[in-house]
Amino acid sequence: MWQALSDELDDPDFIVIAVALDADAEAARPWIEQAAPRYPVPVDREHRLAELYNLVNVPQAVWIDEAGRIVRPPETAGAYESFRSMDLATRSVPEAEAAKSKAARQLYLRAIRDWVKHGAASRHVMTEDAARQRLPRPTAETALAHAHFRLARFLQGLGREDEARRHFAEASRLHPDSWAIWRQAAAKNDTGLAAGPEFWARVQALGDRRYYPPAEIDGMP
Amino acid sequence: MTTVLSDQGATEVAGAHADGEALWLPAGEMEQATGWTMKPEGLCRGPVCVPVPAGDADAYLRDGEVNAAAFWRRLDKPVLASDQGDVWVLGEDAGARSAALESLEAPDFALPDLDGRVHTLSEHRGKKVLLATWASW
Repeated sequence: MWQALSDELDDPDFIVIAVALDADAEAARPWIEQAAPRYPVPVDREHRLAELYNLVNVPQAVWIDEAGRIVRPPETAGAYESFRSMDLATRSVPEAEAAKSKAARQLYLRAIRDWVKHGAASRHVMTEDAARQRLPRPTAETALAHAHFRLARFLQGLGREDEARRHFAEASRLHPDSWAIWRQAAAKNDTGLAAGPEFWARVQALGDRRYYPPAEIDGMP
Repeated sequence: MTTVLSDQGATEVAGAHADGEALWLPAGEMEQATGWTMKPEGLCRGPVCVPVPAGDADAYLRDGEVNAAAFWRRLDKPVLASDQGDVWVLGEDAGARSAALESLEAPDFALPDLDGRVHTLSEHRGKKVLLATWASW
C-alpha cells in the first residue's frame, strides 16, 4: 500500500516509516520481502511504539511534519472492518462492505497526497488544539499494561513461556482496548493470524463499537 | 546478572541485588539503567530531583547502592519484577506519556529493521513522515 504511494508521490521531502509491531521478526519477514519496500520497515519486537504513541491496533498512523510535530494524532490508516461481515463458511464479504474497505483506503491515501502537496495548508492538517483533543489518553492501567507486556516479551525471549503468559494476560486485562497486545499474545493459525474463535468472540463483543474507528476524513466509512 | 528494562532500553546490571520488593543497584549504574542519577539532593533527571524521604533513608539508600524500585514507586511509575527477581521493568507513568504526547513533539524511537539497521524518527527531521504500523498477526 505504501510503496505505490511513495513511488507515485516521489517527493524527497516525504517519507513513510512502516513499523511492524511484531514480536517475531521472522513472522514479519515474508511480508517485508514480498512488499520489497524502499522505505524503512523497522520491526518493533517489544511494541515500544505502541507504548510511546498509545497505539492499540494496526494499521494506525501518525502524521509528523518537517519540524517533528504531530499534525494528525494516531488514527486508523485507511482500513475499514469489512471482515466483520464475512461469511465464515465461504470466507466471502458482501460486495457493499468490500467497497467500503476500498473507499477507506482511497480516502486515506487521497488525504496523504493532499498533505504532501499542500503541507501545513492541507485541510487534513489539524490545529494544535484539535490534534491535542484527539490524542489517545494513556491511563495508569494502560501504562502498567505496557510494563507487563514488556516483561512478558523479555521472558519469552528467555524461554520462560509460562511466566510470560501470565504477564501477557495481565497486560490484556489492564488494556482491553488494545488489539495489538491481545493479538500478539494470542495463538496464531497456520497462516500466522490470531483469527481463531476467541478473536471472533472478541470482535463480536465489540457490538456497536468499531474495530477500526474511522479517521476523521470526510466520507470515511 | 539482573536486567533492567526502562526507557533507556534493556540494561544488564552487574552487582544488582533484588530483595523482595527492593531492587538495589550500584549508584554508579543508575543513570545508564534508568536515566536518573543519584546526587546529594536526591535522585535527579535534568532539573527534576526526588529527595530521599527524611526518616526513611534506609529504604532508599545503603552503602553505595540505590533502591531503584522504591524511588520508582515514589515517582508513581510502574515497577514489575520476574518471579526470580532477575528481570525488572521500571516503566513510564501515564502522566509522563501524556505530557510527552501533548507537547505534540513526536516521541523519537530507535528500532532495527531485518538487516539490523537502526531507524530513528529524528534522522528524518526536515521531511514529512507518515509513521504507520502494520503486523503479521
